[in-house]
Amino acid sequence: MKELFKKIIFLLSLSIFMANFLHSQSARNSCLSCHLELEGSLAAPAQSFSRDIHAQFGLSCASCHGGNPLKEEIEEAKDRSFKGRFSRQAIPELCASCHADANYMRNYNPSIRVDQFELYLTSRHGQAYKKGDLKAAICTDCHGVHQIQRANMPQSSIFPWNLAATCSRCHSDPDLMKPYGLATSQEEDYRVSVHAQALYEKKDLSAPTCNDCHGNHGALPPGVSSIANVCRQCHPSQAELFTLSPHKKAFDEARISECEICHGNHRITSPSAEMLAGGKQDLCLQCHASDSTPYQKAFKLREKFNSLQSHIESLSSRLNQVAKKGVETSEARYELQQAHSFFLEARNLIHGLSFSEIEEKIKASGDKLNLVDNLVLAAEKEIRYRKTGLVIATTFLFLLALALLLKVRERRNRV
Amino acid sequence: MTSGEKGKNKFLVYFEDRFKWSKIAELARKKTVPRHSLSYWQYFGGLCLFLFIIQVITGGLLLLHYVPSIDRAHESIQFIMGQVRFGWLIRSVHSWSANILIGAIFVHMFSTFLLRAYRPPREITWVTGSFLLFIFLAFGFSGYLLPWNELSFFATRVGTDLLGQIPLIGGSLKTFVLGGREISGATLSRFYWFHVALLPLAALFFLGIHLYLIQIHGISLPLGLKQERVKEVPFFPDFFLSESVLWLTVLAIIGLLCVFFPWETGEKADPFSPTPAGIRPEWYFTFLFTTLKLVPGHILGIEGEKLALLFILVACLFWTLVPYWDKKGQKGQKSPLITVIGLAVIIYILVFTLITYLYPGYKK
Repeated sequence: MKELFKKIIFLLSLSIFMANFLHSQSARNSCLSCHLELEGSLAAPAQSFSRDIHAQFGLSCASCHGGNPLKEEIEEAKDRSFKGRFSRQAIPELCASCHADANYMRNYNPSIRVDQFELYLTSRHGQAYKKGDLKAAICTDCHGVHQIQRANMPQSSIFPWNLAATCSRCHSDPDLMKPYGLATSQEEDYRVSVHAQALYEKKDLSAPTCNDCHGNHGALPPGVSSIANVCRQCHPSQAELFTLSPHKKAFDEARISECEICHGNHRITSPSAEMLAGGKQDLCLQCHASDSTPYQKAFKLREKFNSLQSHIESLSSRLNQVAKKGVETSEARYELQQAHSFFLEARNLIHGLSFSEIEEKIKASGDKLNLVDNLVLAAEKEIRYRKTGLVIATTFLFLLALALLLKVRERRNRV
Repeated sequence: MTSGEKGKNKFLVYFEDRFKWSKIAELARKKTVPRHSLSYWQYFGGLCLFLFIIQVITGGLLLLHYVPSIDRAHESIQFIMGQVRFGWLIRSVHSWSANILIGAIFVHMFSTFLLRAYRPPREITWVTGSFLLFIFLAFGFSGYLLPWNELSFFATRVGTDLLGQIPLIGGSLKTFVLGGREISGATLSRFYWFHVALLPLAALFFLGIHLYLIQIHGISLPLGLKQERVKEVPFFPDFFLSESVLWLTVLAIIGLLCVFFPWETGEKADPFSPTPAGIRPEWYFTFLFTTLKLVPGHILGIEGEKLALLFILVACLFWTLVPYWDKKGQKGQKSPLITVIGLAVIIYILVFTLITYLYPGYKK
């Protein structure tokens, strides 16, 4: 019985040892173990590869570079299949060998797209690449190499709030852009735009960055005719109004890009009434004479918009003052919000140039502001009423307390 | 005697025959209180009673418009503050006086403790007073959630999480208080029930006993003072008039606070929004909150927070039962240990409350 027990223990130990040995053999990666002992650029890929999305899915150095990572000796590890360092020209096709293969990619992510390489070849980058331009951006320029992250990971170089910096690594480099005749101020302009404000300050990941207007793998700058189509992806109301406006025909005939001519491209700042006739950024003058009827109409509109805006700001400030003094302002705030919405609607209707509708919204906003005005006045009156009441009540209470105190003293003195 | 006086007398005689109120008036006429150099501490008990009456009146008025449901609670508070005539004043008086009441209870409790007013035969007066403190803390905790605003929602979450840390019964107690695992409509209903039904009944019960015992035993004399050497003054009108001066002053202060710092309505609570930074419970719970924040993660292999809570609960039990273990006090002798304990607790509460406000981000 004791012998049998010893045999069972021996067999169990042997099987555990074998399983451990086989596992360690299968997990061995001589590329990493050697490169981790090296320094500088030879060590960097091995150091960062554990954070790479490919490593997380079980791919190894050999998946791209070939060779036999199970072999300890360098000569044996770098066998016939070893490909070594890739040229820039070879990288897009290397990536596409897996990423354009639907059958292969399905093993890792059944819903992933496999048309990146196809799209890339249609892009300005891909076209230059096809011509053999070694400066043309390739996969690794945007996605990185050896520490590639999922696109939705904040550390990824193509995550929305990292993308502008990634694109600008090339597009802000004057030496690199000079041969292509491209400007280098795009990132600088974008950083002050409303879109960048939404993305970086409000952390709104739906705010557009480079790829939302230019595309990603199929990146091309939109042409005059397609700019409006790009903008209307997020601004359909303005686009619809513009299509119905008299400006549409005039712009098409003059081959003027629709949105960009007034709002700009990368440096799109917050729109204001000052963009209208007579304003600090008068845009109407680009096409209209200052004594023309359309210009004069826009001039009057700007004045009304400015008046509404200053009224809204003044009421908002008075409301804050009143709220600080403890008067309930939720109803007034709601009405002010309504007034502001009508004001924004009126301003938006500029795209359609329907003056009657604009006037209607201006009137609606003005009516609401009058209502808020009354509410604020009532609140201010309430504060005065409270303070008067307080003075009367406190005086009464203190006089009463004083009288009682005198009475207490009188009784004490009597005793 | 005019016909009017005759009618008035008939009226008084009618009620006298039925209520025998002249006996009460006689009792009040004879009632006296001691006057000595520490007499002013006696006024805090009466102040607590006065503030409790304000709570009952203003709370009753708030019930006219408050709706205890998560869809309407915050809106009904906004309605009270904005639309109801003097609604802002009633709510602000309710909230400010509640806070002053808890402060006054603490002062009353520590003065009673340090003057050893719990000595026999007043042990039960002290015990019922301790129960009243816990009840009013529960009033504060349950009332804080009722406006259903962001601050109160998350502070209640912090508070009920602490409740869940109590060893053995914490989990069940938290589920009972919340009416589930998380703060929800059921929690609001329960807190409302605690605040307007259960706690007022409990408060009236213990307050009744507390006041009855004070009437029976009278006001305690500090250690070392002899009954025969202390001057007694009539309760009516001398003591009552002095007490009224304090009440009127406090009422005027509450009025000032309500006009210049009306109790805010805040933003409506959104259970799905992240907890705002720097959230903390009401000021009277902050010393406990900071204690649990600063306690080490593990002490002797036991979870630090749980051990600290257990210690606090045991300390509260000892505090409540002080008349039974302060043997020197029972004999009417001075006991420096009790003074040291009382002062240490006061310093501890003050220091930890200050830490909460001066170093809000401080962590262990």
